[in-house]
Amino acid sequence: MKFKRLKHRSKGDLILDAIVYFSLIMVFILTFYPFWNIFIVSVNDATDTVRGGLYLWPRIFTLASYKAVFTDNTIVSSLYVTIARTVIGTLTALLVTTMLAYALSKRELVGRKYFNTLFIFTMYFSGGLIPFYMVLKSLGLIDSFWVFIFPSVVSVFYMILIRTYIEGLPAEMEESALIDGANEIVVFIKIILPLCKPIIATVALFIAVGQWNSWFDSYVFTYSPKLVTLQAALVKILNQYQTGSMQTTAQQFATSQTRNPVSSDSIKMATTMVATLPIVMIYPFLQRYFVKGIMIGAVKA
Amino acid sequence: MEVESAINNKKIVKKPNDRFKKIIRQKYLYLLMAPAIVWVILFCYGPMYGLYMAFVNYVPGGDSFYTSFFSSKFVGLDWISKFFSTGDFVKIMRNTLCTSLLTLVVSFPAPIILAIMINEVKNVFFKKTIQTVSYLPYFISWVVAANIFLTLLSSGGFVNQILIHLGIIKSSIMFFQNGNLFWGIMASANTWKGMGFNSIMYLAAIASISPEIYESADIDGATRFQKIKYMTLPALKPTIVILLILAIGGIINAGFEQQLLMQNNTVLDYSDVIDTYTYRYGIQNGMYSYAAAVGLFKSVISFVLLVSANKLSKKLNDQSLF
Repeated sequence: MKFKRLKHRSKGDLILDAIVYFSLIMVFILTFYPFWNIFIVSVNDATDTVRGGLYLWPRIFTLASYKAVFTDNTIVSSLYVTIARTVIGTLTALLVTTMLAYALSKRELVGRKYFNTLFIFTMYFSGGLIPFYMVLKSLGLIDSFWVFIFPSVVSVFYMILIRTYIEGLPAEMEESALIDGANEIVVFIKIILPLCKPIIATVALFIAVGQWNSWFDSYVFTYSPKLVTLQAALVKILNQYQTGSMQTTAQQFATSQTRNPVSSDSIKMATTMVATLPIVMIYPFLQRYFVKGIMIGAVKA
Repeated sequence: MEVESAINNKKIVKKPNDRFKKIIRQKYLYLLMAPAIVWVILFCYGPMYGLYMAFVNYVPGGDSFYTSFFSSKFVGLDWISKFFSTGDFVKIMRNTLCTSLLTLVVSFPAPIILAIMINEVKNVFFKKTIQTVSYLPYFISWVVAANIFLTLLSSGGFVNQILIHLGIIKSSIMFFQNGNLFWGIMASANTWKGMGFNSIMYLAAIASISPEIYESADIDGATRFQKIKYMTLPALKPTIVILLILAIGGIINAGFEQQLLMQNNTVLDYSDVIDTYTYRYGIQNGMYSYAAAVGLFKSVISFVLLVSANKLSKKLNDQSLF
């Protein structure tokens, strides 16, 4: 009797294992392969790519597309803009958001409840795109670099994450520093900031990724070519591709008889890789932190 | 307790000086808050104040935005009723709700199933690899994601090649020329992008199940499938219910970037949702007041839904805790 049950169990378990491993490998392929496909097209000779059948490995390896990308003035300039906004935007947003979080974590703060409501309300109701655009216009932020920085200098959601974290810190160090005559700004810089490293790392990752990835503000709120971000440049390449050169494979093959190792397609893929790689290289190492951060967020939000 | 707070209240009422002194003492805290307060007034409450333009016939030009919209003609709810009376309203709401509902149906269960399956894997390396890779789409921009979908689903793209190769179809499916397919593409894209990341919450909920429960099930000779059905899933139920309520609360947000990047004129009748509509009429066609009115309509619905969803989930959360 017992033997029978054991045997039954192991058979069921085997089927379950087969389903689980098969499905997870499918998930792996569905999430990873698209990136791999972009990568091999970006490093393969463009004339060769047109022949089709490029699935697993590059056939004729070349970095010509990357060379073309990094000598293209528009793309190089957009890369600088993107790096600048990511660095400046992340640092300012972290500072202003953490300062707010610390102040609001103080239970004795006069008017704490009202200030809290003032900020939380904005998570539920917004004026919408058009009035926001008008405000940017009247502040002179349209077609200015600072449109990438000022509107996103506070994130109420991340403020809640950081505030929750600060509220969970032991109060002794802070209290003794305050008794010793240090003011709150000194306490904030010397005690709170160092203690908040894990949550700041999490929030920094999300803010930096958001800055790196944003294209809409550059696309809609700026028109000077100097302010095009990398993702906005990629949108322009995509639009060209969609409308302009809707060539069939045969046409592409005919025009590619000149044996050009670079095509609009391979440049598009190389630009996509440049826009993706920094993220791919950073987020796996911060996994531990953001998994924790999400949990705090889930409990609080 | 009540007496104490009453005394405290009295103190405050009797000595307003105390409160004032306290504020002075807390000046550094206010200083730390100051930049954020300037931000919230300018960039959050400024646009809310600017919603007044939805009730006037605002014509751009003139000196400052604020002075020129107060001199504009007041039209009340004319813009909103114009939106309702055009055929656009029905079409836009249909697209918004269908995209959202289809996304919900596909992308809500996906992370739950993924988390349960990841939990069944014993090999640590395989588990970690799947988790890390599944988070990747969440971190890339919609531009890159749209590029991936446009490329893979193009007429000579990977998906068509495979389907033709397997003999499922004879000629390429024009995915982005067929409006009927657009909602499905949006639902798949949203699922693809969020599935891995959204599984984190469920994995954490599974991790908090006491191992003793599983051990006692082992002794009783439960199969792994039975354990999933009678232990893991019930343990996930509170998390599932709360996240589902919150997801339904966000039903009016059918996305914006993904539509904007993947739509074209052929599928516009199916791809246009409230946010893209507002963008097209307001920013691209310069009908500011009309677009602001449509945006206000959405903000109000969204507010009501979010507040009710939050209230409901808080209530359920308290019940499940006590």
